[in-house]
Amino acid sequence: MSRVEKVNKRSLFSTPYILWIIGFTVLPLLVIFQYALTDGNGKFTLTNVAATFDMIHMKAMVYSLGIALGCTVICILLSYPLVMALRCLNLKKQKSTLFIFILPMWMNFILRILAWQLILSNNGILNFVVTGLGFAPLKIANTGTALMIGVVYDYLPYMVLPIYNAISEIDEDIIEAARDLGAGSLTVFRKIILPMSVPGLLSGIVMVFVPTMTSFVISDILGGGKIQLIGNIIEQEFTKAANWNLGSGLSVSLMIFVLISMAFTTKNDTEGKGAAIW
Amino acid sequence: MKDVILELQSISKSFDGKQILNKLDLEIGRNEFVTLLGPSGCGKSTTLRIIGGFEKPDEGRVLFEGQDITTFSPDKRNVNTVFQKYSLFPNMNVEENIAFGLNLKKKSQQYIKDKIRYALKLVNMDGYGQRKPMSLSGGQQQRVAIARAIVNEPKLLLLDEPLGALDLKLRHEMQRELIKIKKEVGITFVYVTHDQEEALTMSDRIVVMNKGIIQQMGTSKSIYDEPQNAFVADFIGDSNIIDGIMKQDRLVQIQNVLIPCVDEGFGKNEWVDVVIRPEDLVIVNEEDGYWKGMVVSVIFKGAYYEIKVRVGNYEWKIQSVNSAQPGSMVGLTILPDNIQIMHKPHSEDAEVVKEDE
Repeated sequence: MSRVEKVNKRSLFSTPYILWIIGFTVLPLLVIFQYALTDGNGKFTLTNVAATFDMIHMKAMVYSLGIALGCTVICILLSYPLVMALRCLNLKKQKSTLFIFILPMWMNFILRILAWQLILSNNGILNFVVTGLGFAPLKIANTGTALMIGVVYDYLPYMVLPIYNAISEIDEDIIEAARDLGAGSLTVFRKIILPMSVPGLLSGIVMVFVPTMTSFVISDILGGGKIQLIGNIIEQEFTKAANWNLGSGLSVSLMIFVLISMAFTTKNDTEGKGAAIW
Repeated sequence: MKDVILELQSISKSFDGKQILNKLDLEIGRNEFVTLLGPSGCGKSTTLRIIGGFEKPDEGRVLFEGQDITTFSPDKRNVNTVFQKYSLFPNMNVEENIAFGLNLKKKSQQYIKDKIRYALKLVNMDGYGQRKPMSLSGGQQQRVAIARAIVNEPKLLLLDEPLGALDLKLRHEMQRELIKIKKEVGITFVYVTHDQEEALTMSDRIVVMNKGIIQQMGTSKSIYDEPQNAFVADFIGDSNIIDGIMKQDRLVQIQNVLIPCVDEGFGKNEWVDVVIRPEDLVIVNEEDGYWKGMVVSVIFKGAYYEIKVRVGNYEWKIQSVNSAQPGSMVGLTILPDNIQIMHKPHSEDAEVVKEDE
């Protein structure tokens, strides 16, 4: 059998996946690009993409970026202590604790956000407790704080899991070797655990930053319609304004922006390979 | 009096209710090469981890140069460890690995550079400074791990089966090099292994352990030639261990034959364990030996033949440079010097470890 035939035979198996990619990724993207680069009459234009730089869109973009960065940083800060605490438990307890942690992910995420709406609303559970303790009621509902709580709550597991996977793979011997050479707990974390967890950290960042940046449901529910993320604006162009061209134009800009941020993250990785991070 | 660098006093340790160490006492002299030898689970690694500070003993004290360091964490001890799995930091290159301890001690960059060069030369790894650990072979990684430990100039170096993962030839080479390194840097080595040959080759003193109890301590030669109980005799090298009756001083009855030996001080008609090394038995003509038996198997082992001769219901193991004819009748003889008589074990840990063959 010739080499070419072999390759052909093997590539036959990939046909379903290629069809899938064409049908559900490439074609829709092309359609989006087509909408983005034309006006209502089908004529070529760049106005839809250029509209990204309109004041209102820029404001939403910057705000989204702020929320996404904030959410990513908070998730990182919450994940490391949790994962380090998990490491101290025996394996069976680690798994069950992690299970409890992930359990909410199996519930519909809109339900979870609606629950937060109930908790945070002005007459909600949180204020019931706060006023019960004799404090003035908090005004969290429909603010950026509420939104931040929502996105952190929703995306935290996506940060915890990859970091946990990276850190749980570190051999106890390596940590003992570092302690043997004179490293205290803090040095062990800074010089061994943190650098070795970088691959997990990077995938965590991608999995938290990207969906937060593009989300619109959470801001809809917890922002009470007052908070405009770039995702909300795009959504409204499609559903309310029925301007698919502008919606697509903004989507393309957002996609390019996200791709650039991710390229930046992974570039740091290949250069550093962990060693340069600290 | 010898200069004691480390002293373990009555150390006991249990894990999950299982006793690993039982009132262990051990003194290690300065500049000594001490090997803890025993089967897996005998407590040798736990002993090492207690010296390194990775485990706290349930009872007892660890004294380092007279100071009680029992509660000190590993980073507070002037002791470094070479681990079986090398345990190099994968995120750092070889030089950064070696510099790790020195950087923490805030040594000057020039000092660190000199030390790295010296250490790489010492372990024969010149020119590998920029390599990542993952790109090195097992033997090379272990060399780096040794370099990483000794640049810190510990007074005591702990080695936890450091050659266990290497193939036989490399292991022999590394054994020679470890001895060379030890001579050059002049620090005390405490070495853990289950490989009796490794222990006999390298050590100044061997500590044979079983079930958390020290069975015998001594030089390689004394451990091999004069095992104090059946466990030691069986664990160190091949042996024939057989029941005997001490008829009087310097006369023992083995398989109904009276044989002269050199041991004294046993009770009259006391049951004893007799240890005879396979290489000490001599095959002679049928009528010239103490025992008569039939050759049941002959296996060529390279430098010698391993021959089994059945006498009564016991199969004697013999190592000889001359072969024998399976099925033939032969006589066996032995010099009085080569018979080792031991009291019957009074505790389980001193017995021969039974294994399925």
